Amino acid sequence: MKPFIALESRLVPLPTNDIDTDQIIPARFLKTTSKEGLDKQLFCDWRYNADGSEKPDFILNTPRGKGAEILLAGDNFGCGSSREHAPWALTQFGFRAVISTSFADIFKNNALKNSLLPIVVPADVHAKLFTLPEDAKVQVDLKAQKLILPDGTAVEFPVDPFAKNCLLEGVDELGWILKQESSIAAYEASRIGTLNTLA
Amino acid sequence: MSGSVKGGALRTLSQKVWDGHIVHEEPGAPSLLFIDLHLVHEVTSPQAFSGLRARGLKVRRPDLTVATADHSIPTTDRSLPILDKVAAAQVAKLEENCKEFGIPCYGLHSSHQGIVHVIGPELGFTQPGMTVVCGDSHTATHGAFGALAFGIGTSEVENVLASQCLLQRPSKTFRVNVDGVLRNGVTAKDIILALIAKIGIGGGTGTVMEYAGSAIRALDMEGRMTVCNMAIEGGARAGMIAPDDTTFQYLNGRPFAPKGEAWDAAVARWKQLPTDEGAAFDRDIDIDANTLEPMITWGTNPGMGIPITGVIPDASSGADAMARESLAKALAYMGLEGGKPVLGHPIDVVFIGSCTNSRISDLRAAAAVLKGRKVNPKVRTMVVPGSQEVKRQAIAEGLPEIFRAAGCDWREPGCSMCIAMNGDQLSPGEYSVSTSNRNFEGRQGKGGRTFLASPQTAAASAIAGAVADVRTLL
Repeated sequence: MKPFIALESRLVPLPTNDIDTDQIIPARFLKTTSKEGLDKQLFCDWRYNADGSEKPDFILNTPRGKGAEILLAGDNFGCGSSREHAPWALTQFGFRAVISTSFADIFKNNALKNSLLPIVVPADVHAKLFTLPEDAKVQVDLKAQKLILPDGTAVEFPVDPFAKNCLLEGVDELGWILKQESSIAAYEASRIGTLNTLA
Repeated sequence: MSGSVKGGALRTLSQKVWDGHIVHEEPGAPSLLFIDLHLVHEVTSPQAFSGLRARGLKVRRPDLTVATADHSIPTTDRSLPILDKVAAAQVAKLEENCKEFGIPCYGLHSSHQGIVHVIGPELGFTQPGMTVVCGDSHTATHGAFGALAFGIGTSEVENVLASQCLLQRPSKTFRVNVDGVLRNGVTAKDIILALIAKIGIGGGTGTVMEYAGSAIRALDMEGRMTVCNMAIEGGARAGMIAPDDTTFQYLNGRPFAPKGEAWDAAVARWKQLPTDEGAAFDRDIDIDANTLEPMITWGTNPGMGIPITGVIPDASSGADAMARESLAKALAYMGLEGGKPVLGHPIDVVFIGSCTNSRISDLRAAAAVLKGRKVNPKVRTMVVPGSQEVKRQAIAEGLPEIFRAAGCDWREPGCSMCIAMNGDQLSPGEYSVSTSNRNFEGRQGKGGRTFLASPQTAAASAIAGAVADVRTLL
C-alpha cells in the first residue's frame, strides 16, 4: 500500500445519494482474476453509451472530471456489495479521497486498505463543498485529520486511528495480524471447535 | 457490540459471540477476532490467493475454510463447457487455488455445488455462535443461526486465509422487533423489505441487527435466512436471530454438524447464546407483522419499497434537494411516475432464485401458486435453485414438472440473474419481478429494471404478465 501523503486537489462532484458499488463498477467486470485495468470500468454505465462512446454530460467525461483526485459524492456512498474492485477502480482512475456525509461500512473498510481516504463531513460543509467554484482546491491533512477549504476553514474529520497509521506509513494490516501469532495460537489451543470442512 | 463487556453484565446475542472470539486486544487497535468459518467463491478470492503467494504464506486453517463456484457460472447444462472464456478462467482459477492451498472446493461439477450462502447452512457448516466471513455482502444470511457473519473485501479475505483472524471494531446493536402473525400471502421477504423501506438503505449502517419477536420465532430457518440475508440492504454489518429449537432441528443430522456427544454439548452451549433478558440495545425498532402486506420495490435501491397496493412516492417528497434529485433519477431510470401504483405494471421477466429466495421452501411457495396455471406467454420466467441439494429435493417433490408445465425455465444452481455475471440477464429497458436482493441500476443487466418481491408475488406476476397481488390467487 502507498503511504497517504498530503493531498491538494479540485473536487469532482457527483451529487447523487446512495451510489452503490454496482454503479462504481458493474458486476460483469468482476470476472477478472487481477486487480489491474479497472480504471476504464469506473462508473462504466454512467460514463459510456451502449456503443462505447462517452456520454458527454457525465462529469468524468468533462474537463472537470480529469486530473482531480477527490470525489465529492452524495450520502451513503459505496452501499451494496463487498467488491474491493470498487476502491481499486476509483484509485486506478486517480482518486485518492472521497468526501461524503456517510459511507457504507464494507466500502469504507475496503477503501482504507487501498490508500483511498473516505472523508465524512457534516451536512452543512457537504452542501458548501458542492457550491465551490470548479477550479477551487481543498487540502487534506490526514495527520491532523483536517480538510482545509479554499477560504482557509479547517474541518475536522474522523479516521480510525489504526487505519490512519496504516495509511500514513503505507503498511497493510496483515503484517500486524501475523505478529499476533502467539495470541492466535493460544486462542486456537483453548477453543472448542465443532467443524472440520476437510472431514 | 462492546468487546470489553464481560462477566456479570447483561449481553446481547452479538456481544456474546463477539466476546467469545477475541484473540487479541490492545489500545488504539481494532479487536482481533477468530473466524470459525470462511466461505470462499470465485469472484472475490483470486487476488487474495495471489497475495498469499506473493508473500509466501499458507492458508492457516483449511479445515475452517470451504469454497464453491456460484457467481460467474452458467445455469445451463453442466455437461457443457463454460462458453465465456473469462468466467471459465476464473472458475478454473478457484479450483487451482483450492488445490494448491488445500481447501475443500465444491466446484462446478460437485454434487454439493450451490450458492455459497445456500450450501453453508444446508451442509451444516454454518452453526450457532460462530463467526462467519465471506467475500460477499450477503454473508449476513448465516446470522439466521445466531452466527455473527460479515461480508468482507478481498484484502480481508487474504487476511483471514493467512491468519484465520479479522480485525474489527465493535458495531452498535440494533434490535428489530417483529411481533404478530403474518397474514396469508405475506412472507419473510416482505418483513425485510418493509424494514428496509422504513429505515432506508443506509438506516442500519454501523450496526448489527438482531431480529426478534413472535413473527421471527414463527419463521422456519429458510425464512430466517431470507430476513438476515438482506441486513446489508439496510446498511447493517450483520443480521442475527437467536438460535432455538427450530435452529437445532434444522441442523441436527446435517453432514458437517456435530454428532453424538459433541452435538449434545454444542446444543447446551448454543442455548446460552440468546440475548439476556433486559440487555440494552443501542437502537430498537418495531414492525407490526399483523398489518404487513406483500411488499414490492419500485426504485433503484432496496429501500425504495412500498406495499403492493401502495403508490410510488413523488420525487418532491425528498427531504432536501439532493434527495429529490436522487428520487427523480430513480423514477427516470425505472420509467415510472410518482403517485401511481406499481401493481399492474407490465413485466418482461420473472426471476425466482438468489441467496435470498432459492431454497426449497421458496420453490415450494412459487410452485404452489403456479400449479395448474400458466405464466403469461410474453414473460420469460426463470427458476434457479440455490444448490444441487435444493435441485434434488425439488425433483423428488415434482416441482420442476409444475414449473415446466406452467411455462417456466428450470435451470442449474447459481447466482444467475441476481448479479447477471453469467449471461442470465435483462435486456435494456426490460422489467423484471425478482426474488433477489438488489434493484440497483443495471444490477440484472445493463439498462434492466427490477422490482424486488417474494417468490409468491413473483409467481403471481409471472401469471399476470404484470406486477400482481398474490392474494388474489390464494
